[in-house]
Amino acid sequence: MELIDFFWIIVKATIVAVALLSFSNLAVLAERKVSSWIQGRVGPNRTSIPILGAIPVIGTGLTKMGLFQPVADGLKLLLKEDPVPAHVNKFYFFLAPIAAMIPAVTTVAVVPVGQIIENGVAVPLVLADLDIGMLFIFAVSALGVYGMILAGWASNSKYPFLGGIRSSAQMISYELSMGLSILPVFMWSNAPGVESGLSLFSVVQNQQFVWGIIFMPISALLFLVSIFAETNRLPFDMPESESELVAGFNTEYGSFKFGLFFAAEYAHIIVGSGIFAALFLGGWHPLPFNPMGWELQPSGLLGALISMGIFLGKTFFVVFFFIWIRWTLPRFRYDQVMKLGWTMMLPLALVNLIVYAIVFAFIDMN
Amino acid sequence: MAIKKIERKPLTLAEKSYLPQIASGLKITLKNIFRPTVTLQYPEERPEIPEGYRGVPTLVKDPNGREKCVSCQLCEFVCPPKAIRITPGELDEESENAHVEKGPKEFEVNMLRCIYCGFCQEVCPEEAIWLQDTFSVSGYTREELVYKKDKLYELGGTLPDDHHKWDKKKAAENSGNPH
Repeated sequence: MELIDFFWIIVKATIVAVALLSFSNLAVLAERKVSSWIQGRVGPNRTSIPILGAIPVIGTGLTKMGLFQPVADGLKLLLKEDPVPAHVNKFYFFLAPIAAMIPAVTTVAVVPVGQIIENGVAVPLVLADLDIGMLFIFAVSALGVYGMILAGWASNSKYPFLGGIRSSAQMISYELSMGLSILPVFMWSNAPGVESGLSLFSVVQNQQFVWGIIFMPISALLFLVSIFAETNRLPFDMPESESELVAGFNTEYGSFKFGLFFAAEYAHIIVGSGIFAALFLGGWHPLPFNPMGWELQPSGLLGALISMGIFLGKTFFVVFFFIWIRWTLPRFRYDQVMKLGWTMMLPLALVNLIVYAIVFAFIDMN
Repeated sequence: MAIKKIERKPLTLAEKSYLPQIASGLKITLKNIFRPTVTLQYPEERPEIPEGYRGVPTLVKDPNGREKCVSCQLCEFVCPPKAIRITPGELDEESENAHVEKGPKEFEVNMLRCIYCGFCQEVCPEEAIWLQDTFSVSGYTREELVYKKDKLYELGGTLPDDHHKWDKKKAAENSGNPH
């Protein structure tokens, strides 16, 4: 019996990891497509698979949408020559992409992707429903920066080194405001008499009446900006900043090792978007305002699928928002990033925290 | 020179936060997503070639199907990169104009050398060489890209002609006025 349970956990974990990596592949395609639309171009629409691509409507349509492109991209990254420069520290050079990949795939374990209602009780669809969920995410995703620092240091060359330094400085600056910005959310979900800890599931269930972004807009904004910085997306892509540092921390990497960095970056974005959707966009609750607290999802498997669809839809919208911002804003200068992080975001997050603490104290007193 | 000092208004709180500006930027990029694309799907769609475009030099025939080139070699002489090579020759004995004018036995244009300057077209007294609208030249070997006479005629075709070089003379002869 225990062996079967163990087997099931492995199967589920594999499904989630494979889904995350395929979504990150699709996110790369989405990035290319959305960027081309914003720039008045067409984007990838030629790559095709011999027999499958020739099917009249479906095959040609998929080719037009560029859906065969991720396959070609992945194969290219796998099959290209993998040069290792002579001047690198081999051990850490090989360790860095792995260190970047593992946290990205690990954090997804505690993100609930939906709910299934059994006998009137909502059960989360999640690999591990930890009561320290958010803390686990912070702890593990903070390790992701080690991949970049290691890559920058092990490459033994100037541009990657600068990229690694920048990424560590940026991570430290924004992790503070990130942590502070979501404290009010957990204060609210841990009202007196409720034992919810830092679990993401109970935060989502708490938003059944109203989405977090509506009554905590400042927290949502601070958290959104912080995950932009944490995932190294424009306008905060200091570690890469290709116009200044060639390709930043991954300058010396090629082929599959670069592919790992690439996939990890997009997996980070998807997980970050999922967390934002869970914390502020109401997770699988479809209505921003639902003061009567209607239960809108049927119980059983159908309800589970609907809730997953809603959650993934919100996540993909946030991913789209990431891409949309990328092609709208130019990159900050390095000192501007530091200034924004320390003199704007951090004080604002502190004030936000104190104000909400006082408000919640008043609410709880009555 | 007088210096005019302009009072700059201090930024309002909304402007200092940059958020309204970011929102308006997002609006612009969102609008762009729904605009039609400007891409030309190249091999299937071709750009419109304007009149007077200087593409690949070609040899043309006159409306009667005779070759116009009389192998005077002026184009070979004027060609700055020396891309043209002409081997002059006599016309066929059966031809009406044998011993009257000459024709090229071989006419080569090296497309790897040609700079599309159009001097050959400008200098040609017979208007036999024209730069037309072909703009993409490709081949697998260097030899292939030295265009021979038949290839040049194939590219050139026949252009309308105002001069009717021999027709006028023939008409004059027929009306009893040979000169």
